Amino acid sequence: MKKTLFSFSPRRFASVVVKEFIQMRRDRMTFAMMVGIPVLQLVIFGYAINSNPKFLPTVIVEAGQSNFTRAIVSAMKNSEYFSIVKEAESEDEAEKIMKRAEAQFVISFPPDFSRELAKGKRPQLLIQADAADPSAVSYALSAFEGIVNSALAKELKGPLAAIGVKNGPVDIRLHRCFNPEIRTQVNVVPGLLGVILTMTMVFITSLAVTREKERGTMETLLATPVKPLEVMTGKIIPYMIVGYIQITLVLGLAKYLFNISFAGSISLLFFVAFFFIAANLAVGVTISTLAKNQLQAVQMSVFFFLPSILLSGFMFPFRGMPFWAQCIGSMLPLTHFLEIVRGIILRGAGLGDFYRHGIFIVAFLFGIILIGLFRYRQTLD
Amino acid sequence: MGSVNDNKYVIDVRNVRKSFGPKLVVNNIAIQVKRGEIYGFLGPNGSGKTTFIRMLCGLLTPDHAEGTCLGLDVLKQQDLIKPRVGYMTQKFSLYEDLTVLENLKLIAGLYGISDARNVINGITEKTGFSGREKQLAGTLSGGWKQRLALAACLVHSPELLLLDEPTAGVDPKARRDFWEELHKLASEGISALVSTHYMDEAERCHRLAYIAYGNLLARGTIREVIEEAGLHTWRVEGANLSILAEKLRKCDGIEQTIVFGNSLHVTGRDKQRLENAIKPYLNESGFSWMETGSGIEDVFIYLTEKKATDNFK
Ligand SMILES: Nc1ncnc2c1ncn2[C@@H]1O[C@H](COP(=O)(O)OP(=O)(O)O)[C@@H](O)[C@H]1O
Ligand SMILES: [Mg+2]
Repeated sequence: MKKTLFSFSPRRFASVVVKEFIQMRRDRMTFAMMVGIPVLQLVIFGYAINSNPKFLPTVIVEAGQSNFTRAIVSAMKNSEYFSIVKEAESEDEAEKIMKRAEAQFVISFPPDFSRELAKGKRPQLLIQADAADPSAVSYALSAFEGIVNSALAKELKGPLAAIGVKNGPVDIRLHRCFNPEIRTQVNVVPGLLGVILTMTMVFITSLAVTREKERGTMETLLATPVKPLEVMTGKIIPYMIVGYIQITLVLGLAKYLFNISFAGSISLLFFVAFFFIAANLAVGVTISTLAKNQLQAVQMSVFFFLPSILLSGFMFPFRGMPFWAQCIGSMLPLTHFLEIVRGIILRGAGLGDFYRHGIFIVAFLFGIILIGLFRYRQTLD
Repeated sequence: MGSVNDNKYVIDVRNVRKSFGPKLVVNNIAIQVKRGEIYGFLGPNGSGKTTFIRMLCGLLTPDHAEGTCLGLDVLKQQDLIKPRVGYMTQKFSLYEDLTVLENLKLIAGLYGISDARNVINGITEKTGFSGREKQLAGTLSGGWKQRLALAACLVHSPELLLLDEPTAGVDPKARRDFWEELHKLASEGISALVSTHYMDEAERCHRLAYIAYGNLLARGTIREVIEEAGLHTWRVEGANLSILAEKLRKCDGIEQTIVFGNSLHVTGRDKQRLENAIKPYLNESGFSWMETGSGIEDVFIYLTEKKATDNFK
């Protein structure tokens, strides 16, 4: 008994190994996945994750022209935390920019900043941060005071040297917008909405056509005069409803479980979600026209889902990612949907504030449907 | 271009060819099916029947093909052929998780039938599904599944049925009913190409084609096929037929010996040489010999064996 249990024949062993290799080689998809996923993870976890984002877009209001303000602005640039994207004329203009999520910080110098500073009166310096994603701004914020102080220390020489020795030369006021309590839930929950939709919608539909192939029902379909677009869209529509049920559920939980209040219009969100859900379903259907069987379909879905979750700004602050990762991220519908959802829910953004993200999602939807149609086989060849 | 209805043939194709990779599966097959005819498409498993039928209804692209189906070009006018043909797949391929009615409705929808309700009512009544409409297709027995598949083919009132082994795996009664139904349809003017690997079903067809290894080996009416083959067959009854068969197989002038239940068929091409070969055994006790004509099955088996050895040479 024991003998058979532990008997080992190198030849049998070798033939099993050979067989496995042959099978693996034939199944390119599994092979690609086995290589692809570890590489993907290694690359993403090794390089892309950066919770210390730099070059965050910053708007300066009313800097005026003095040695002090110049010194502060240039020190901010040198710190690499801030990238000055604009000098706004007014607070209003700066606020609008921030609402569109084009700036993470607004730094406002009061009109008589330099004069007051020179008199040693500790003028206020207001820094407003878009704290919807708290981790994106925390490093820059904690560095800000040091940057300002050391910049001014170089300028405050000779007779001015005594200024600010005790409390610092300026009174830095920090204002966190959109998420004043710094709750990560406020950021995560709307993000989760997009992630859940991406995951479930793609997975469900990626199995749709593949299952037909495996069960043989595809042959019935192909023998009838039904056309590819009819099959594709026909498979998408029922799942739209599932998508809307999910949205309602997540938003409901967000409101009643996490006490997240919605700054913007929920009906607008539902409208935009239509295109996002459709885009993901189209990805799924397209995958299923490419996949030979259900296993491959699942593998391909993972291949789409993984970058979506990691590079969309859900897991890690988008601006903290290196350029190449941002490039990949900006090709994914989830990235744009997250901007829209956070915009609507947290900042009360309107259609005009994020229309560019909306256009991307719509374009993506049509692009993917086109690929799917092109790939849809009308014969069994 | 003459009117489509003047055309005598619903299927008239030549030089139909298809390979999968290096394997030639359908080798220059030509068949002609007349309007209102039940045309048998016989051949052993793997001989290319399914592949051929799939090419006719546009599910596979032939490597080469000429001719017409319902008067339409088989290669260029597939879109027009599809709506007028009813194709029944070899393997049940309706939706097992839909009910009988839902399946029929779906098919009616896919063909764009306008008064689907009436059509389906008519069909369920005709095929005996009344009362079973709500049953899941997956829970039907083999015979009922086959009936449902046939019903689904008829939803859009096709002129031509392409039935791929419709009687495979169903019980004898269901097979009989099926052929009866088919002849009823033929009398209404519907033509059918029916593939089968049951040789005995040849007798149920008006005409037939026999293929093996992708090659057309015979075609015509049963009588034509038998005459064409020019074989002579004796039937032996008795005990221990397989031992006798073994001995006879080695004799010159005997092309084939086949045991059919409790009789043995001994076949040869040359009447005289065959008689010479069996002479020593004619008076052996325990066997009764009788000269019968060759049956269609003797011919099919002979043709298949001959083709196999020709291929081997
Ligand atoms: N899609 C395919 N790819 C490769 N070989 C195939 C394919 N379909 C059928 N074959 C091969 O073609 C031959 C004929 O098959 P088929 O047409 O199904 O025969 P039949 O219906 O007469 O049993 C078989 O040897 C089968 O293995
Ligand atoms: Mg077959």
